[in-house]
Amino acid sequence: MSVKKKIMSTVAVMAAMTATAAHADEMRVALVVKALGIGFFEAAAKGAEEAAAELGNTEIIYTGPTDTTAEGQIEVINALIAQGVNAIAVSANDADALVPALKKAMDRGITVISWDSGVAPDGRMMHLNPSSTELIGNTIIKLAADHMPDGGDVAILSATATATNQNAWIEAAKAVLPNYPGINLVATVYGDDLSDKSYREAEGLMATYPDLKAIIAPTTVGILAACQAVTDAGKIGQVNVTGLGLPSEMAGCVESGATESFAIWNPIDLGYAATYIAHELASGNAKAEPGASISMGRIGSVTLDDTNTGAMSDPFTYDASNIEQFKSIF
Amino acid sequence: MNSTSHFVPDRLQSPLARRLKSWETLLLGVAVAIFIANSFASPYFLNAWNLSDATFNFTEKAMIAFAMALLIISGEIDLSVASIIALASTAMGAAVQLGVGTPGLVAIGLGVGLAAGAFNGFLVTRLGLPSIVVTIGTMSLFRGIAFIVLGDQAYRGYPESFAYFGQGYVWWVLSFELVLFAVLAVIYGIVLHKTNFGRAIYAIGNNPTGAVFSGIRVQRVKFTLFLLTGLMSGIAAICLTSRLGSTRPSIAVGWELEVVTMVVLGGVSILGGSGSIPGVVIAAFVMGLVTFGLGLLNVPGIVMSIFIGAMLIAVIALPRLWTMWRRH
Repeated sequence: MSVKKKIMSTVAVMAAMTATAAHADEMRVALVVKALGIGFFEAAAKGAEEAAAELGNTEIIYTGPTDTTAEGQIEVINALIAQGVNAIAVSANDADALVPALKKAMDRGITVISWDSGVAPDGRMMHLNPSSTELIGNTIIKLAADHMPDGGDVAILSATATATNQNAWIEAAKAVLPNYPGINLVATVYGDDLSDKSYREAEGLMATYPDLKAIIAPTTVGILAACQAVTDAGKIGQVNVTGLGLPSEMAGCVESGATESFAIWNPIDLGYAATYIAHELASGNAKAEPGASISMGRIGSVTLDDTNTGAMSDPFTYDASNIEQFKSIF
Repeated sequence: MNSTSHFVPDRLQSPLARRLKSWETLLLGVAVAIFIANSFASPYFLNAWNLSDATFNFTEKAMIAFAMALLIISGEIDLSVASIIALASTAMGAAVQLGVGTPGLVAIGLGVGLAAGAFNGFLVTRLGLPSIVVTIGTMSLFRGIAFIVLGDQAYRGYPESFAYFGQGYVWWVLSFELVLFAVLAVIYGIVLHKTNFGRAIYAIGNNPTGAVFSGIRVQRVKFTLFLLTGLMSGIAAICLTSRLGSTRPSIAVGWELEVVTMVVLGGVSILGGSGSIPGVVIAAFVMGLVTFGLGLLNVPGIVMSIFIGAMLIAVIALPRLWTMWRRH
């Protein structure tokens, strides 16, 4: 056998091994993520499979590049266009760079939506945000209030004073404060998303306000630093640390009791909702236009705003009852 | 089929022409095999538009690979090419914010590429530093500048006409990039195989000292090659930026290794002194076809990397193993 033949047969066998049969009438929804091998997205893929099983006759193509690059995602999208999938639901590495490739997909009749990390309006039919500013603002106050039956002082430990996201959430939180009588917001400080600065700011809060009942940190760096500061000050049980955090990082804080509960979006729900919406749009059951209401199955429905953007739900709350399950996911 | 196996001789002992011929035949065989395997594996493969889309997987990298092949044949290497793309793209993005039009953007892209190449060339040929060390350094330097300028931001707002380079079609499914790739292939093929300059590159790669004593201006040739590599990176930056329509500092991350892989797969000796442009062209198609074919089957990217790596080692090792096995 010649060298050439050997290589040819090797290539042919490998190609044949990876070949999959496609069913013609099946709805094929591609879930394109920032990069493969990230716990958050693996969890989203789980949710997508759940939605597919519920919808029936739906195949999920879970794919993405090896690195979080726009070029890698474009190669993946080109391959999906070539296969003529019915829908692409993408969490973008670059809001602008994907637009030409996704436009091409839409030109060829493919339903395109973005979720989690959005694409510029030209490149998608709609975008699904995990949550909205109002929902997050309300959630972070509620998390603190839930464990303060008698009311009391709370303080916010944010990222930088110029952080757009955090400032919007804090504004929304202040707006809902009247709904929580007895909750008294005494200060807002900034840890700049640096662990050491956030830690010192949390220490400062406890020194300045001895009756402080809760520190609310709407940032994953801040909440972890505040939890550490409360633990080191021996104030577990007196000061509850809450806000937005990652289950993998917060597991220790929940176990020690420094944090009663915290929130962040649930990736399983997000993958489920994105798949459900993509299926609804691709099958013609719904249309992506301002004001439209699109079903997300068990989660409810999403209403689109003027830029065809919608918010899925309240951030998901994590506490001692579910932290074990989620800490290994993201 | 069996007769061709006699033309896969020991690389060090057989005449250059015959070795090149057999290498390209082997590669061409691989390319055809992959093409056929792809057609059977996926019903979507044999479609003019899909194949046209597939060429975008390799055209920009291949443009750099031509210049890189010349550089590697001369015994040097440039690992900063992907970072030059980032730097050139950032410069073009900054110019867009100042209202520079398409011709100006092209000039800036080419200019930054040339300047970066000249910087590498100066450090290697004037200061006598090893190119692998210099370009590992400039790899961090050039991309570092892009990161300082942009941080986590992006430049966008490129003019409509600028989109032609990466998204335009010359005729039917023939994209501008594919045509440019073909034209550059012919130019580099002629330069390397039909000119005195090309002969000088082989001479330098085989025996730098001998080349000096033969009257070849070794440092000048090498400097020119670094300039060319920078220029091609600038051209690739224009095409890629145009295709993406935006610039982020992480643009083209990791491309230097893909370009070097393409060159080595094309039969260019990593030690210098031998290789051909037709080989690199076929290698570009092989890599493009493999990644696109596996992409059609939704094979995860990491498996694709494993496949490319295995293919590289196999294609290089098999002829060597074959001759070793025949001797026993």
